[in-house]
Amino acid sequence: MARARGSLRRRLLRAKLAAVIKYLVVVVVAVVPLFPIWSMIAWLLIQSFSGRVILGLIPSSLTINNWRFLWSPIKMGLKEYPNIWPITFNTLLLALGVSGLVVLVSTMSGYALSRMEFRGRTALMEFIIALHAFPSVILLIALFVILNKLGLYGKGYMTLLGIVLIKAGLEIPMASWIIKGFFDSIPWDLEWAALVDGCSRWRAWRSVIVPLVLPGIGAISIFSFLAGWSEFLLVFTYVKDEAYYTLPVLIYHMIGEFKFIDWGMLAALGLFFTIPTLIFFSTSQKLLLRIYVGGVKR
Amino acid sequence: MVKVTLDNVSKFFGKVRAVTDLNLEVGDGEFVALLGPSGCGKTTTLLMIAGIYRPSRGRILFDNEDVTGLPPKDRNVGMVFQSYALYPHMTVYDNIAFPLKLKKVPKQEIDRKVRKVAKLLRIDNLLARRPGQLSGGQQQRVALGRALAKEPDVLLLDEPLSNLDAKLRILMRAELKRLQKELRVTTVYVTHDQVEAMSMADRIAVMNAGKLQQYADPQGLYNKPANLFVAGFIGSPPMNFVEGSIREDLSGGYYFDAGAFKFKLPKELGELISSKSIDVVMGFRPEHVKLSLNREEYSIEGQVYVVEPLGRDIVVNVKVGDMLFKVVTKPGVELRPGQRIWLVLDVDKIHFFDKFNERAIV
Repeated sequence: MARARGSLRRRLLRAKLAAVIKYLVVVVVAVVPLFPIWSMIAWLLIQSFSGRVILGLIPSSLTINNWRFLWSPIKMGLKEYPNIWPITFNTLLLALGVSGLVVLVSTMSGYALSRMEFRGRTALMEFIIALHAFPSVILLIALFVILNKLGLYGKGYMTLLGIVLIKAGLEIPMASWIIKGFFDSIPWDLEWAALVDGCSRWRAWRSVIVPLVLPGIGAISIFSFLAGWSEFLLVFTYVKDEAYYTLPVLIYHMIGEFKFIDWGMLAALGLFFTIPTLIFFSTSQKLLLRIYVGGVKR
Repeated sequence: MVKVTLDNVSKFFGKVRAVTDLNLEVGDGEFVALLGPSGCGKTTTLLMIAGIYRPSRGRILFDNEDVTGLPPKDRNVGMVFQSYALYPHMTVYDNIAFPLKLKKVPKQEIDRKVRKVAKLLRIDNLLARRPGQLSGGQQQRVALGRALAKEPDVLLLDEPLSNLDAKLRILMRAELKRLQKELRVTTVYVTHDQVEAMSMADRIAVMNAGKLQQYADPQGLYNKPANLFVAGFIGSPPMNFVEGSIREDLSGGYYFDAGAFKFKLPKELGELISSKSIDVVMGFRPEHVKLSLNREEYSIEGQVYVVEPLGRDIVVNVKVGDMLFKVVTKPGVELRPGQRIWLVLDVDKIHFFDKFNERAIV
């Protein structure tokens, strides 16, 4: 009896130990990858508010001098760049343009790919995904020719519009695929019910189907917003007038053109660059990631 | 309310013939059930009446008016889907109001109608909830409410009770029937459950493999099945079948020869059957057999195989040769497996079918 109880206690202890080890592993796996990312963001934050940084880590002398680009034009040596606000506006325009266009086109194309029977649908879907395999770098020259012919090169906002079209075109294939999956998960019964209840097909799409794929629309709008917001190559190549720069290109010029780099301001700019993204993320998450379940028995 | 007529309607999906040459008339205010095993084309038929599927051939008429090319929204039908298909992003109130909003009914009118229907179906306390917060039975009633609120000319029900538990199903069966009689709305009800069809419908259209087998009232289907399929599909436990041939003996009498047993037939019956076909299938319902411990006229000898007590009745499986027949009888008699027993058939309630075209002879 006594021996049996002893072994029971030992087994309990072992089980507890196993649980502790399991949790430790989980914590390590979950936290360690976050550590470098958070430490970098923390570094940005510290760097941007300090005048001097000792050993790249320990801040000294609190200052907001690094954030001076918020109220005055940026001077780099002899060159003076436009104020940050028009450039932020450009970036936002590009990102929202891409996001809006991608959502508009891919919700419709995704619906068609998911719901409509037509010849060559499978072939089309394979072709679409193959399109996504081309990086925009290899398209730069051809796209330049097209932009030029369309009269969209070197025309300020029209050039940005051209870039919106290109970037949206590159993002739409993947977005259509993603949203098609969401449409696929909506049973035909729901759409039929809407038709019987008195909807035209268009109305059924608008009033019943789209509200149910809002999470998918949320996902692709975030993805395409980020793609537009951080787009560098296309803007860098096609926009020559500094007034129509976007933030990534501006940041590049802070590093690229001079030997001397103002690390403090670069950190502040980097932090500034992430803020709208964070806002967009949190608001669209709240607004769009509403998932409704139930109402349809399977 | 309208009369619905299907005129030679067929529906093909590629090479698959879902429905073939279907002729059906549903009278004004009538409750008709489409009954058949799964994949027999009954839901396809319903979706054609709703206007979701367009028939490959044939016409659909509402009150003698051709609606074949009309989209669903212009037909004024209400439909309850097997899955209920409630809009998950809308509240119960909005679900029921949705068809009325599309009809551009004034807001106050919508409110009045929604509340009336909700009260009728006893879901008036659930109006603010979303479908995901309802039980199966509640969802089913909301779906019914949505179909009824628009005051449809035709009500289409696609297995509306199949997702409910057995007790609720029996309850809703009676409720639905009462509601249909009260509202006098022309109703087409799709089901694979013969008890549902028999207990609710005025007339039943039995379908199999895309073809209409028989269209009659419940008693007609039960008493005079048109063919082997209907005979086997209606009734529980199902009808007993045995293949054999009609023969004449030396004295001019007729008997049915099944190999394992011979069964004497009344002269007129034998003459009638043999004038149409020699190779036949005999069918008799388990409830139309009397068990006897002694040989009687019109009886078949067998052995008790197994006894299944069901409370009110018992089902006795009787082995004759290598065939098993089911017999429903009242409990009381002690029966042991292996015991010798005679099945006494009610001659007026025996069915004979042609073995080759499977049509009923008697």
